[in-house]
Amino acid sequence: MRIVVAMSGGVDSSVAAALLRDEGHDVVGLSMQLYDQGEQADGRPAFGSCCTIDDLHDARRVATVLEIPHYIVNFERQFNEHVVAPFVEDYVSARTPIPCVRCNSQLKFSHLLERAQGFDAAAVATGHYARVEKTQDGRYALKRGRDTEKDQSYFLFMLSQTQLASASFPLGELSKHEVRRYATERKLPVADKPDSHEICFVPDNDYAAFVERRAPDAMRPGPITDNDGHVLGQHDGVHRFTVGQRKGLGISGPIPLYVVGMDARSHTVTVGPRAALYRTTLSASDVNWIAGYPPSGPCAVQAQIRHRHEASPARLSPHGPDAATVVFDEPQPAISPGQAVVFYDGDEVVGGGWIDGNRDS
Amino acid sequence: MKIYLDHNATTPVAPEVADIVTRHLREEFGNASSVHSFGQTAKAAVDEARAAVADLIDAGPQEIVFTGGGTESDNLAIRGVAEAIRTSGRRQLIASAIEHEAVLHTFKALAKLGWTTTELRVDHTGIVTPEALEACITDETALVSVMHANNEVGTVQPVATLAEIAHRHGAVFHTDAVQSVGKIPVSVRDLGVDLLSLSGHKFNAPKGVGALWVRRGLRVVATLTGGKQERSRRAGTENVPGLAGLGCAARLAVERQRAESSRVGELRARLEAGILDSVTHTTLNGECRQRVPNTVNISFKGVEAETLLIALDLEGIAVSTGSACSSGSIEPSHVLRAMGLSPHRAQSSIRFSLGLGNTAAEIDHVLEVLPPVVDKLRGLSRAGANAGLRRAPAAQVAPR
Repeated sequence: MRIVVAMSGGVDSSVAAALLRDEGHDVVGLSMQLYDQGEQADGRPAFGSCCTIDDLHDARRVATVLEIPHYIVNFERQFNEHVVAPFVEDYVSARTPIPCVRCNSQLKFSHLLERAQGFDAAAVATGHYARVEKTQDGRYALKRGRDTEKDQSYFLFMLSQTQLASASFPLGELSKHEVRRYATERKLPVADKPDSHEICFVPDNDYAAFVERRAPDAMRPGPITDNDGHVLGQHDGVHRFTVGQRKGLGISGPIPLYVVGMDARSHTVTVGPRAALYRTTLSASDVNWIAGYPPSGPCAVQAQIRHRHEASPARLSPHGPDAATVVFDEPQPAISPGQAVVFYDGDEVVGGGWIDGNRDS
Repeated sequence: MKIYLDHNATTPVAPEVADIVTRHLREEFGNASSVHSFGQTAKAAVDEARAAVADLIDAGPQEIVFTGGGTESDNLAIRGVAEAIRTSGRRQLIASAIEHEAVLHTFKALAKLGWTTTELRVDHTGIVTPEALEACITDETALVSVMHANNEVGTVQPVATLAEIAHRHGAVFHTDAVQSVGKIPVSVRDLGVDLLSLSGHKFNAPKGVGALWVRRGLRVVATLTGGKQERSRRAGTENVPGLAGLGCAARLAVERQRAESSRVGELRARLEAGILDSVTHTTLNGECRQRVPNTVNISFKGVEAETLLIALDLEGIAVSTGSACSSGSIEPSHVLRAMGLSPHRAQSSIRFSLGLGNTAAEIDHVLEVLPPVVDKLRGLSRAGANAGLRRAPAAQVAPR
């Protein structure tokens, strides 16, 4: 069976390719060129450290070791349209985005999958720590990776049944340790390459500067207020803030203050004590149900509101085909509009959506 | 079976050439600048190569400057002339919009140094018209650079006419003949140019050797300085094995070019007619009569050329699209865009370039493999759907 592996040049996707190759599949490596590798006027990189020329070369070197064909496909336009532009727009709209979700659902398992089907590949494989399993009723279940520390199912909640049917996650049953060991044993040239943790296309992890380069209008100053509307200070633009943020507020008080909310219309950043971050209820839109349809009624789930958040017991109420309300059993800190909420039933992803707002119920 | 149809990118080294290169690598290692017998042997090999290359383009041996390839030749021609006439008051450099990056990016670099650079437009067939040059040349023009044959569509430019116009205005004329030398007869006298670049690996010599022909008496300031090699126009120890190979390839081209071009031309015509006949919604790009015989560039409406290239490679057929960027991915062709093709059409275009070793059986095989692959891609792609070319129902890969 021919399988296309999306190869980033990192150790995970390299091992994914190696595993499939060693299982005897006809493996074709594809690497996506996502942005112009050029520099800004001052000579600093305009984009971040992942998928650079060096990474693409690493992917090529791995492919050479594995003796598989490897190609670099140009997705600059698609990446900009589906990932970078919404990312900037989210920050400008006082939301905190996670671009990886759209990159998975709208690039890797969409445009890249379409290319792969063009040369008869049955599936696209990635180096995600997640599992996809066919259920008895013929549907596909998306599950957490066995290595719960590395689990990346949170980033895959937007995948449809059709996409899952063509998805392969060879690392789903492995731990990161096992993956590194396999890479070493297989003598992959990226065996010791460090993991990347930041948003791949933002250089130096400086979101604010990136957003300002792309959307100079974002730099609109506004007030920093407390919950009662008292102005405590000024800021340079709501895109510089994230709910839960403590540093960089430029105001001092008797108790530590956190960003508890932003309003893009009035350009206001609201701050409050740590206790003010906790909320029980969130509303989500653009919800994707992994099964293809929403649960028949309210149900108990574990809901996860950030990649690094421990899924917490909650009551999920679907509204119509793609909206939902989540009420946590216990208040949760820093529920950030723009982030994703993903609903789990144990290991299994029920669905997920984008957080629109939070409140106390 | 692997079929190589990308000879405009590079060509296989001819066996005779490989033999000579190998002999020089194994047995003759002298430095051509040395006084002793080892050096003399090396010098003789370089001189022999120089004579052969000169013969290939109807030039004198002393007018040949060996370089590290086409890009270096273009750089030496443009930068060397610009530097030589920097103080003359002529400040304008003109090149066509469909030049190779070796010319275009050198122009960009010179623009930063204060030169006025002008891009010559081409018509929709990929030809620079004399009118276009007339419209922008002035008595302040220092240099005009127009390629002889285009690498992507194969069009042959009216270089002799353009050179005449340049000379009437006192400008120097350079032609990048990297894609024509070895494919069609090239005579610097007939072309009437002042400088001509050629590259060995485009006509069955190894990579890393090329030449710049400089009309006798024309001053060119060296870009590489150091020793007095190449009459002080290109410093650095000669790549003797490579140059011996270049000379051999030049001799082979002189002997065989006419017959080989007609053989390859027939294969190209067979391929071209076969594709245009058997695949719907295909368009030939570029003027079809004024063209090197080995090249054909075709748009496949509704097909992402990048995917077609990969699909064909997985079938063992090597073709090309646009020019590869630094990472190896594909950028929309500046040549097709300059010809006025829409971005969609430019991104659905494939170049087939034939050469030594291609056979009729290979072409027939390509004509068998290609049509169903194109059909399949049209069935899958959004581009195909948009163009109304989709046959099968849409594969449901779109995200919710």
